[in-house]
Amino acid sequence: MAFPSTLGAGGERAQRSVQEQLTGGQSDVVGQVFRILLLISLGVSLVVLAILFQDVITTGSGVFTTRAESFLSGGLRGSAARSGIFQAMAGTFWIGIFVVVFSFPIGVASAVYLEEYSTKGRLARLVDVNIRNLAGVPSIVYGILGLTIFVQQLEGITGGRSLMSAGITLAILVLPIVIITSAEAVRAVPGSLREAGYGVGATRSEVVRTMVLPYALPGIITGTVLALARAIGEAAPLYLAGVTTGLLPGKQGLLEPSQLRESFTALPVVIAEWSRNPREGFTEIAAAAIIVMLAIVLAMNTVAIVLRIRYEKKRK
Amino acid sequence: MGQVDLPPAIEPTESLDVEDLNPDKEPTVVLSDAPSQEVVFAVRDLDVYYGTFRAVRDVNIDVHRNEITAFIGPSGCGKTTVLRCFNRMNDLIETARVDGSIQYHGVDLYDQAVNAVEVRRRIGMVFQKPNPFPKSIYDNVAYGPKLVGRKGNMDDIVEKALHRAALWDEVKDRLKASGLGLSGGQQQRLCIARAIANDPEVLLMDEPCSALDPIATARIEDLMQEIKDDYTIIIVTHNMQQAARVSDRTAFFTTEVNSESDTRTGLLVECDSTDKMFSNPSDERTENYVTGRFG
Amino acid sequence: MSDLSLPSPGLTLADLHGDPRRVRTERIVKAVLTAAATVSILISAGIIWSLARETFTFVTEVNWAAVLFSDGWWPRQGVYDLRTILVGSLWVTVIAMVVAVPVGLGSAIYLSEYARPSVRRVLKPTLEVLAGIPSVVLGFFVLSVISPSVVQRIFDNGLFSLAAAGIGVGILSIPLVASVSEDALRSVPVALREASYGLGAKKITTVTQVVLPAAVSGLVAAFILAVSRAIGETMVVFIAGGAAGNQAFELSPLEPGLTMTAAMATQAKGTDQVVGEALTFQSLYFVGAVLFVVTLGLNLVADRFVRKVRQAY
Repeated sequence: MAFPSTLGAGGERAQRSVQEQLTGGQSDVVGQVFRILLLISLGVSLVVLAILFQDVITTGSGVFTTRAESFLSGGLRGSAARSGIFQAMAGTFWIGIFVVVFSFPIGVASAVYLEEYSTKGRLARLVDVNIRNLAGVPSIVYGILGLTIFVQQLEGITGGRSLMSAGITLAILVLPIVIITSAEAVRAVPGSLREAGYGVGATRSEVVRTMVLPYALPGIITGTVLALARAIGEAAPLYLAGVTTGLLPGKQGLLEPSQLRESFTALPVVIAEWSRNPREGFTEIAAAAIIVMLAIVLAMNTVAIVLRIRYEKKRK
Repeated sequence: MGQVDLPPAIEPTESLDVEDLNPDKEPTVVLSDAPSQEVVFAVRDLDVYYGTFRAVRDVNIDVHRNEITAFIGPSGCGKTTVLRCFNRMNDLIETARVDGSIQYHGVDLYDQAVNAVEVRRRIGMVFQKPNPFPKSIYDNVAYGPKLVGRKGNMDDIVEKALHRAALWDEVKDRLKASGLGLSGGQQQRLCIARAIANDPEVLLMDEPCSALDPIATARIEDLMQEIKDDYTIIIVTHNMQQAARVSDRTAFFTTEVNSESDTRTGLLVECDSTDKMFSNPSDERTENYVTGRFG
Repeated sequence: MSDLSLPSPGLTLADLHGDPRRVRTERIVKAVLTAAATVSILISAGIIWSLARETFTFVTEVNWAAVLFSDGWWPRQGVYDLRTILVGSLWVTVIAMVVAVPVGLGSAIYLSEYARPSVRRVLKPTLEVLAGIPSVVLGFFVLSVISPSVVQRIFDNGLFSLAAAGIGVGILSIPLVASVSEDALRSVPVALREASYGLGAKKITTVTQVVLPAAVSGLVAAFILAVSRAIGETMVVFIAGGAAGNQAFELSPLEPGLTMTAAMATQAKGTDQVVGEALTFQSLYFVGAVLFVVTLGLNLVADRFVRKVRQAY
């Protein structure tokens, strides 16, 4: 299609010049290099993860192929060839139970209090600031709390350096996570839903029970699962709370409650100790234990992420 | 360039039709009573898509140098979408796609070889809501010239731009103060100064006064008249009276419903000199809009 | 009593009091919830109380010469040179930041400014997976890969070193830096970017001269939070830093070393009342108190910066 020439003869020259100027810009080399550097930084995480998984699997899978059953059912021993993670798994299992039993109700209740009952009160503001600070306290300081209060002061109840002390300590450690994620989930409940409830004369607890909590439940569960995954991976507070790092006498059934007041060990501690042990074979069983732990933790994180994505999709 | 005899009975309907021009004549684009002016932008059969949705269709328009061209019309008719095509700002939207052509001084803006960054240095933009950088007033205005590495004393460049934007007197003692500390009207004039400092040929203004009070609006309208001689201005406005006050040429857009998908696509109805558009428009839809019967 | 379907002229205040049972339920529920919320306050009080008692004992009874003028951390012999473990923490933190800040910030910038949504959906989970890896696993990884294949190869030092541990802590901190930075970048309004592009700026110019400066408060907050996290990290150093119960004053990060956190962990390993000098046990609390105060201070400062971001936009 012929376009009307919009310029005179001098305009032809001007037009060519405009064309040159518009197309003449240099290719943005610096910009491209910058972009590639940024992409590389993102790739670093990917590469590190890949190498980590590969290393752990190659080092540890041998244990599973040669002696899977004795590894899973054995306890702490002097030699790597006879050590197993059963006791550690039992300890970690019970720690998980403590987190769910303790942190979930108190965490959700605190979140509901903060978001539904007293959003502007002085107590609520204090609690809010307090929780955000607690979330940033190093985990080993929680170990001090556990040592002083549960191991020493409350020795009569907890049995001192026992699974119970450790369980409660870790439950306390992840409580802020449960509170913060639950509060977010409750905050996300649309106001119109609450108004509908109040409008028909429901009391606050009824509105919370029948409308707010059901709506927020996926978010709350996501938060609790993440907290659980975090608690399972923590070792530092356990050292202060009295975890056994040497040998653990005896081996009880998984569900025997008496072990709660007795010495214990846990998966992350076992990993730490075996990693440091220079003797033959301990690196391999450390890697094998890591495989088990990563499987558990990654499964939980995946469940939490999937829940969150489905929950977000529903809301759209 | 003198008056030119056109083939008679040309009623510019939607806009200038290419076939109506005699290519052998002295090339000027004449549109009824409008003064003869060089064409800066020639838009032909422009469609803009967001994904598969056609937001605007079949835009044909010429924009003349050193004139203020106003785009008016109801909400959602694509005025801003079309405006943003002139400086390739729609490139920033992933799904946006352009069909047809926009020629800038004869050069196809959307040609593969054209660098959008270069385009924007010649075709500046002022946005609906003032968006000064969280930097000092001085640094806001100097940002553009520094990009290009313009020769000359930066202080002078900044001062001249602020003068042209009628802001100098108010800020000359506090050039280091943050741009965010100004009032809404002042911030918008700062944004105009920032655009002007880049020494563009064209200024695109997307409802520049809609976030401002009437006094600030009046100042900016005065400003536009003052700087018209140095720039070609295209302004999108919701305010018909503003278009009538300020512009030389007016383009009226409207929407039509797409029955199958229940969406609306914008289109250009008519473009003519402002006087004609507001007193004696050719299209009934235009007449309905400017007389307030709808819109 | 009149027909309840009509407001009777005899409507009194008492009629609007409500069912006493429901009212009581409300009171009980509110009391329970308030009690739950105060648990968190009790926890803080517990931490402070736990630290305070024994720290007080330590501070009042210790021979300050042993703290200020001695060399090395030998708690069982009553030598408490805080410098030694502070230097250890400092080295680990600095090296961790050298790793975490460029990688985390770079990832955040890419995700926020460059990545298309489809790319983002694939790459962002990488960071989330990394965030979920427990620190003991990183400790193993440092001993198994990072130390032998990277640090030892370059510096030819021993297997256990603070430098290697620092890299491990840095890797752990990447997701934190990335996510807080990304939030800060995304909070910068689109209008500012448009203004910059509208003036003919290239993307790198817009990112470096408009977006990053506008997001600076949030980026500072990310950095401070990461520092706080690195200071508080225990297990990586415990496993791979060569932490023994004691440590001579050592300036070089290429040697095994001791951080505040690892000092605490090695201290309490085994029996809690340690055989040794009388204040050995209390020294654990003393270090804990220092750690608590430092990280609390950092977190409060970071909080201020986050609030500045929210205010600006």
